[in-house]
Amino acid sequence: MQDGTEIRRTEFLATDDLQTLLDELQSQGYRTVGPTIDQGAIIYDEIESVDDLPRGWTDRQEAGKYRLEERDDDAFFGYVVGPHSWKRFLFPAAVTVATAERTDQGWQMRTPDHDAPRYAFLGVRACELAAMRVQDRVFLEGAFVDPIYQQRRDRAFIVAVNCTQAAATCFCTSMNTGPRCNSGFDLALTEISGGFIIESGSDDGDDILERLPTQPAEDALLDQAESARQQAVDQITKKMDTDGIRDLLMQNLDHPRWDDVATRCLSCTNCTMVCPTCFCSSVSEVSDLTGDHVERQRQWDSCFNIDFSYMNGGVVRNGIRSRYRQWLTHKLATWHDQFDTSGCVGCGRCITWCPVEIDLTEEVAAIRQSTTDKAPERTDEDDAP
Amino acid sequence: MKSPVEQTLPEIGTKKRLAVFKFASCDGCQLSLLDCEDELLAVADAVEIAYFLEATSRIAPGPYDVALVEGSITTPYDAERIQEVRRQASYLVTIGACATSGGIQSLKNWADHEDFLRCVYARPDYISTLETSTAIADHVAVDFELRGCPINRYQLIDVLKSLIAGRRPRTPSHSVCLDCKRRATVCVEVAQGLPCLGPVTHTGCGAICPAYDRGCYGCFGPAAQPNCDSLVAQYLDTGSTHEDLIPLLHNFNADAPEFRDAGNQIRQSAGLSTTGGRP
Repeated sequence: MQDGTEIRRTEFLATDDLQTLLDELQSQGYRTVGPTIDQGAIIYDEIESVDDLPRGWTDRQEAGKYRLEERDDDAFFGYVVGPHSWKRFLFPAAVTVATAERTDQGWQMRTPDHDAPRYAFLGVRACELAAMRVQDRVFLEGAFVDPIYQQRRDRAFIVAVNCTQAAATCFCTSMNTGPRCNSGFDLALTEISGGFIIESGSDDGDDILERLPTQPAEDALLDQAESARQQAVDQITKKMDTDGIRDLLMQNLDHPRWDDVATRCLSCTNCTMVCPTCFCSSVSEVSDLTGDHVERQRQWDSCFNIDFSYMNGGVVRNGIRSRYRQWLTHKLATWHDQFDTSGCVGCGRCITWCPVEIDLTEEVAAIRQSTTDKAPERTDEDDAP
Repeated sequence: MKSPVEQTLPEIGTKKRLAVFKFASCDGCQLSLLDCEDELLAVADAVEIAYFLEATSRIAPGPYDVALVEGSITTPYDAERIQEVRRQASYLVTIGACATSGGIQSLKNWADHEDFLRCVYARPDYISTLETSTAIADHVAVDFELRGCPINRYQLIDVLKSLIAGRRPRTPSHSVCLDCKRRATVCVEVAQGLPCLGPVTHTGCGAICPAYDRGCYGCFGPAAQPNCDSLVAQYLDTGSTHEDLIPLLHNFNADAPEFRDAGNQIRQSAGLSTTGGRP
C-alpha cells in the first residue's frame, strides 16, 4: 500500500528492463494489471509481460469519439486514459455481499470470504490517483467502511505513469489533479527515450526499486523527463472554471440550460460508468425458486437510471432534466459538502464516452456565462436609507 | 415524459395455476421456459402447469392464476381469443417482442398486407388476417411485460419466482449501456463509430451484441424514457443515413411506440409513407 507523500528515490530504468519490474511484482505474488489493446481501445486488464502493453499506439479523443492510432515511435505509455478505470478492480461491478440459507434452525446468514487478489496496477495516471483518493473518502473515511474496497485498496501496489501527452478531453490542470504524479503511488515512471525515470513513493516501492537493474538518473535524463511532462501540460486546452462552482450550480437549479441538456442527454448511464469516482450501486436480494437460498447482490448502478430513484411507490427523479442535474450538481457542487472535495478529477472520460458528445465543462460554462452576463440586480435594500 | 409502466402485484396464494398461450409468434419465447433446464423441475414443482400446448397435450380448464402470453394479434380470431384469455387469467404476463410490441411481423404495418397475401399464398381468399400486427396491450389490460426477442429465461424464472412469492418481479428498465459497462465491453459507438441502439434499449439481453463488435439492434425494445430523438440526430450527424436507421428502429420492436415514432420521423423526412398506404 502506497502511503507516500513525497518522492524518496529517483533512478533510471532502461526500456529493456521494464520486464524486470513486472517479473519482480509477479514474484512477490501480485497480479499485474495494466494497459492493453482490446475491442478497439486501450483498456485495463491482467497482463503477463511488456508485450501485452500498447507499445507504439495512442488514442485520439474528442467528445463522443475515441480512436486508436499508431504512433511514430515505440512508446509504451504514449496514450492518455481509456474507457476503463481502476475502480473496476477496487470496487467490482458485481459482487455478492451476503448469503442466507433457510435451515431447520432458522436462517443462516453468511458473509462470503472476499479474499481479494493482490493487484499491481501499472500505468496509473495522476488524475486516476486523485480519483482513488476521492473514492477513499467515500468507501474508507466515512461512518461506514466498505470491506471489499478496503481490502483491495490496502493490498494494491501502484505503479503510476506521468502523462507526456494530453487528449482534447483532458482538464486535470483545472481540477488540480495532474498531470504530475506527486503522491499516492509506490513507484512512478516517466517515459523518455531509451527508458524511464523511476521514482519511489513508499516502503514497498523502495523495496521493488532496490531489486531492479536501475542506473543513476543523471541531470540530462531528468531534464528530458521534465520536458516530457511539460509537453502534457502544454497540450491541455480544455478548461473548467471552478471558481465558486458550488454556489454557481446550486443557485441555478432552475436554469434553462438544464432543459437544454435534457433534450440531448440519453440518460444512458455511460458517463457515470466510465467516471473513476462515481460510486453508486444497488443492492438486491436474489432467491432461488424454493426461497431457501438467498443472495444479497451488489451491482454498479447510476443516478441516470430511473429505477435508482424509485422509492415508496414512486420515482423521485422522473425525467432526464432532473437526473442530469442531480449528477452534475453532485459531482461538482454537493460533493464538496459531502466529502470536502470535488467529485471530478478532470480525466475527461464522461466527455469522450458520451454517445451524444455532451461536455460537462461546456454545460458549466453556459450556466456561468449567462449569470455573469446579467447586470447585478438592484435590490430594495440598496434603496433603503 | 411518461412514467415507467405501472406494475401490479398478484395476490399471495397457494400453488399457482400457470397457463401459456400462443398468438402470432415463432414459439421461441415459450421454448425459453422449456430451456430452463436446471430450474425446469423446480418450476414444474412450484406451479401447476394447467395449459401449455408446447409442453403437454393435457389441458386443464381455467381460470388460471398466471397466464404467459406469447405472440401478437394479427387475425380477427386472435383478437377475440385474447379477450377470453384475459377473462380466464388473474395475472397476465406478455412474453417477448411479439406480445409486447407486435414483433417483427409488425413490419406489415408499414406495407399493404393485401400485397403480401397475393405474393405468398396461391389462394389469398382463404386467409383471414388483420391489416396490422399489434401488441397484446393494445387489446387487453396487461399486468406485466417481459421483453426481448427472445425473452431472457432468467428474467422469466424471476417473474415466476416473484409471482410464487407474492413480490414485485425484479426486471430493471435501464439502458443496455449499463450492462456493457458492468461487463467491461468498450462502447462500439464511441470507439468504432457503429450505430448502436444500446442507449435507448431496454436491458435484459446481457448486452450480447456489443460484446461481439456489433451495435445493439433493440431486440428488447425501448428502455424507460428513451431519448430516441437525440440519438437519431447524433447518428445522422455522424454519417449514418436513413437507410441505416429506419431498419434499425423498425425491426423486432417496430411497433413499440418510441421506436415506431422515431423511425416514422426518419421515414417522413426521407419522403416515405408511415402507414403502408392506410389512411
